[in-house]
Amino acid sequence: MALIGSGVLQGLGVTLRTFIETYPWGKALLGVLRIRTGQGLVTIEYPDVRQQHHERQRIFPFLVYDGAPDNLRCVSCKICEQECPPQCIHINGPAKDEQGRPAKVHGRTYPVTFDINVAICMSCRICVDVCPFDAIEMDNEFELSTEERFGRLVFNKARLLKSNEYFQQIKPTEAAEVDARLAAKAKPSPKPAAPAPAAGPTAAPAA
Amino acid sequence: MSSLDQVFVSAQTALFQLLPEALRPWAGIAVRIGVIAALAPAVMMYLTLFERKVIARMQNRFGPTRVGVYGLMQPLSDGLKMLIKEDIVPRHADRLLHMLAPVTAVAPVILLFAVLPIGRNMVAADLNVGLLYIFAVASVGSFAIFTGGWASRSKFSTLGAMRAVAQLISYEVPGALSVVALIMVTGTLSMVSIVDAQAARWFLFTPWGFVAGVMFFLCGVAECNRTPFDMPEAESELTAGFHTEYSGMKFALWYLAEFLEAFLVCGFTVTLFLGGWQGPAVPFWLLATLLAVIVGMAQKLPLPVRAVGVLVLAAAGLLWRADPIPSWLWFTAKTYALFFVLVWFRGTFPRLRADQLMGLAWKFFLPMALLNIFAAGVWVSYPFPMGTIASVLLLAAGAWGLVRINQPASSHAPRTYVLAD
Amino acid sequence: MQSTSDTQLLEISLGPQHPSTHGVFRMNAVLDGETIVKLKPVMGYLHRNHEQIGEHTSYIGSFPFTDRLDYFCAMSNNLGLALAIEKLGNIPVAERGEYLRIIMVELTRVLNHTAVTGFLLNDMGAFGTPLLYAFREREKILDLFEAASGSRMMCNYIRPGGVRIDVPEGWLQQARALVAGYPQFLDEFERLLTKNEIIRQRTQQVGILPKALAVNASITGPLLRATGVNYDVRKVDGYSIYPRFSYKVPLGSVGDVYDRYYVRILEMRESLKILQQALRDIPAGPAVSPKGQAMVKAPRTFRPPKGEVYSRIEAPKGELGFFLTSDGTPQPYRYHIRAPSFINLTVLEDMCLGYKVADAIIILGSIDIVLGEVDR
Repeated sequence: MALIGSGVLQGLGVTLRTFIETYPWGKALLGVLRIRTGQGLVTIEYPDVRQQHHERQRIFPFLVYDGAPDNLRCVSCKICEQECPPQCIHINGPAKDEQGRPAKVHGRTYPVTFDINVAICMSCRICVDVCPFDAIEMDNEFELSTEERFGRLVFNKARLLKSNEYFQQIKPTEAAEVDARLAAKAKPSPKPAAPAPAAGPTAAPAA
Repeated sequence: MSSLDQVFVSAQTALFQLLPEALRPWAGIAVRIGVIAALAPAVMMYLTLFERKVIARMQNRFGPTRVGVYGLMQPLSDGLKMLIKEDIVPRHADRLLHMLAPVTAVAPVILLFAVLPIGRNMVAADLNVGLLYIFAVASVGSFAIFTGGWASRSKFSTLGAMRAVAQLISYEVPGALSVVALIMVTGTLSMVSIVDAQAARWFLFTPWGFVAGVMFFLCGVAECNRTPFDMPEAESELTAGFHTEYSGMKFALWYLAEFLEAFLVCGFTVTLFLGGWQGPAVPFWLLATLLAVIVGMAQKLPLPVRAVGVLVLAAAGLLWRADPIPSWLWFTAKTYALFFVLVWFRGTFPRLRADQLMGLAWKFFLPMALLNIFAAGVWVSYPFPMGTIASVLLLAAGAWGLVRINQPASSHAPRTYVLAD
Repeated sequence: MQSTSDTQLLEISLGPQHPSTHGVFRMNAVLDGETIVKLKPVMGYLHRNHEQIGEHTSYIGSFPFTDRLDYFCAMSNNLGLALAIEKLGNIPVAERGEYLRIIMVELTRVLNHTAVTGFLLNDMGAFGTPLLYAFREREKILDLFEAASGSRMMCNYIRPGGVRIDVPEGWLQQARALVAGYPQFLDEFERLLTKNEIIRQRTQQVGILPKALAVNASITGPLLRATGVNYDVRKVDGYSIYPRFSYKVPLGSVGDVYDRYYVRILEMRESLKILQQALRDIPAGPAVSPKGQAMVKAPRTFRPPKGEVYSRIEAPKGELGFFLTSDGTPQPYRYHIRAPSFINLTVLEDMCLGYKVADAIIILGSIDIVLGEVDR
């Protein structure tokens, strides 16, 4: 029964070193003794200290509007609803006027209701990929837990709407790309083209 | 006798002066019981915090920090949580035994505190059969574990209890035998006399004492079911072993027993082999200054607390500047250092398998303990150079031989790993 | 039932709620004392209808679900499905995309083996320390994944034709730094574990899987290679651009738990070699081919010709195969996965018989299963 051996002692050495190096004095001591130190404490005290997340982090979609909240980019084409793998998006629209023709605000149709269920969404970003209007983007706000299951876990249109400025703030790189693309699209015709998913996307700058 | 060393003893004497003569013996008993009953849970609570903090640091984590500064209120919050938790008893369990078992586990552990000398003249009961008392009382714990495991009527609990009994009984044998060498040399069973016998030299620094001390400590670790010997409650195999079916305060009692037992193992190892409360005569003011600096630099404590702490420590340093560090501080420091080793083991080692554990007790520890008795005899019979050299050689040869005999054949063969294309 | 020594056998159900069954998995064990005489794995507690969902969504729509198969190795699962779709629809792959895919998949292998070694030690009863060291390093790789794909574990990154989006600026430097520093961690990890006498006693000669049985039961991955069979799909098929890299396939000799552990350590070192070469050679250019890009933007325009295809990769846990049948619609007619965890689990009883309960736990840990993949 070779219980005690060099392997066991080496293991003890590793844990002791890790213990010591988590203290500032310990790190100094190990430095004096010329022992290679690791990284010390790696966890953070969460509510007090927050980790810097990369801007690509995707948590949950939101709807982008330009300027005023009624000027949302979504035209209620329902492509995202169709493509969403877990089918957590529910759109009612486009809005109709009294004669039954599509109602338009700022020259665009718009959804009457737009609900996304947080409990079902799996943050895959496919809705963003397929949206021809860059109307839906991924938010990086992650503290979405609530105490109520049915009322608050379905986000309605009002809750989902966020300004383009917010988008530029949380994801500068991506927002700049989107803005450039929209500007290029806006030049030839002032109104965006009719929803045509199969018409071939404008190539996203991938590189 | 310095004044700081005996500050608690003097305080007690002064207090008793106020009482009528007839009441003094009874007051003495009451004070001892009260101190142990109050101290034991407090010690245990902060041992849990100590363990969690140390292991967290070994794993690059903070450990508890949210409740109170440095997480100092965490044990209280844990205790409160345990108290208000629902007490669940399995439907088919033997309700009476299920309830009695944790109590039976805690009682002997608290009884053991009675013979623990925590300072000069500071022992609740200086029994002349102290060592026997330890082994007699400590072995009651295995009954408790088996009762608890059996009464739960759960297969995991039963398996855990079976393992526990096998393990505890196996390790009591080498544990007790390793102390025999000590009794041979000191000729006494009283804890106080054993500490006194180490005034010149701690027994750990003798060849037989080293072997006996390490073995006593490891057997103790096994007796209190801690890693790498935590077979009875092997979390990854038996969910929680014998206390799987316990919740709420009963569960807390099991934990109380386990932690106090671990603390006592450290305390007894210190008493028997590490000189007990004796220590080098370092001036007290040095320690007080050091502590004052540490308290002063503790950034998370509120400023008034730090100021008061520094002032109190400085005053204490000034008041007792002629005194050495008191005996009860030495004892506490040594015990906690040993407890750190326990935690360190827990943070490093995986556990052994049940059969390997038994093998270790019967095939290695037991013959080694017997050999150690012989080595102690040699050490006592012959004067310094001869006896020491002979006993060292004897023990080294014995250990080497036992390792060789017990080595599984498979581990000899070196493994080869092919790096194929 | 009575055995010879007039003792009763004890039937014990380990799981589905048990600390070390790695999820909701159950082992019905029959014990004689502590020795296992019979053991029946029970699975299906985490069945999520993955294949059926895959037949009702577009080809692209299955990618986020594959993340959740083996949730430790989302990138490998993505690659497996992407390769199958590419084969089905004849989609060319962008050169930079190929390299990025290899980098991601090899990082996943390192990540998985690190974590599984930590978990194995946890099963052995180490109080989380090796596991948390492993997780500390794994976290760095996950940070890289987050920077590239936006999510730490559910990456959903690799697409037919390349990857969804090129890695951000400075990512390759970070990856190079990580790969350069990783051997240091492995050395430290090995110092804690490899020579540790307790670990050797616990793992050597435990849970031996005979070579013939391993081959007959179609075991793959480190479990098979630990028995000494030289079978690595990366070498056998040479899919993607693996033939361009020089690396070895570590093989064990005994086939016990220790060999599995050590083969994984060696495999990590080989993966780091691949990573170094890939990070050195990665060309500039688009990360996804135009056809793949079109498919990402409009998944339902992708209508592969009728036919069926089976494509396999060497996932960290073994051979991961995707079988797709197309009937010309945007959805697969049949979608099936050969999950390595599931097939490797079939030999659990053969490995456990005659060992103790404690061994069964570490044998299960050494198979390296993820219940998301077993039950799908």
